[in-house]
Amino acid sequence: MTQPSHNEVNRQQDLISYFVRLGDDAIVLGHRMSEWVSNGPFLEEDIALGNVALDYIGRARMFYGHAATLSGDGKTEDDFAFLRDEREFQNYLINELPRGDFAYTIVRQLMVDLYNKHFLQALKSSADETLVAIAEKASKETSYHCRRSKSWTLRLGDGTAESHRRMQLAIDEIWGYSHELFETDDLEKRLINTGIAVNCEQLKALWLADIEAVFNEAGLTIPELTWTVRGGRSGYHTEHLGHLLTQMQFVYRSFPGATW
Amino acid sequence: MTTENLELFEVFVRPKRGLDHKHVGSLHAEDKEQALEYARDVYTRRTEGISIWVVKSGDICASQEDDRESFFDPSDDKPYRHATYYPLPKEISNM
Repeated sequence: MTQPSHNEVNRQQDLISYFVRLGDDAIVLGHRMSEWVSNGPFLEEDIALGNVALDYIGRARMFYGHAATLSGDGKTEDDFAFLRDEREFQNYLINELPRGDFAYTIVRQLMVDLYNKHFLQALKSSADETLVAIAEKASKETSYHCRRSKSWTLRLGDGTAESHRRMQLAIDEIWGYSHELFETDDLEKRLINTGIAVNCEQLKALWLADIEAVFNEAGLTIPELTWTVRGGRSGYHTEHLGHLLTQMQFVYRSFPGATW
Repeated sequence: MTTENLELFEVFVRPKRGLDHKHVGSLHAEDKEQALEYARDVYTRRTEGISIWVVKSGDICASQEDDRESFFDPSDDKPYRHATYYPLPKEISNM
């Protein structure tokens, strides 16, 4: 039996890391959305928010589950979700921002859902068949998520003076976190060369056109701010992720192996 | 936010092809598009349906409880309206 070459080991490690960071994006946002359960503005919307949260958590399980299989060292999806610390998480910062008020949640969802629409579409052409399968399943959910966040953006942006004010405020606060969605690091560049990863840089124009169309219709504007926050893909996070993780992980860490 | 500005809708789901739409409950929504989305969320996530109808509750014309006697009683004394009223000929055994 021949030992796998150094290059093959690195390639495998790259692939695992890519699955894990996509899982991180999904679980962190899924957890944020789940905070709305029992706090939703009314019962129907509460259930809808919970359903979207579950879609994202299900997506995280697919990414983590395959990363665990690729690792082949007895790790499970739970190890990735519950036993890693803040610096090991590589999610985009936009996903970890607090849930804020309902306008804030909707603006973040609109930005992320529209990003996912183009990301998943591109992921369907990946050279990795597991990524293709996940993209097929997830993009059906994402078209529903986009419909939801678009119609809420129109309703609130073009609603009362107060709902408009809150929507614009949320956009101004979140916009600076949108830029890193379209940046690639060395890991992704290597995987783009082998046809596995999505080149996010190419998604920006498509995404911006979608956002502009919705904002125009809703009477909202893209801020002329120039600040940018980045760092999620390198494990540098806002102060919010640590708090989120303590809440998400403490049961698993306090009672290892607990089942119910 | 409360539901006082929302409209009430009745939800009908057809569980599979060949079956009828069945009334499953009601919900609050801003308009019919949103009602359809919520109907999917609230009533079909576990047992997937293939078709959903939503109708504004106010648009349903319903019989009144007070009219029950005049609506439904008369047929009680007309047993010949029921198939079981008619004796079957002996030749027919499996009916």
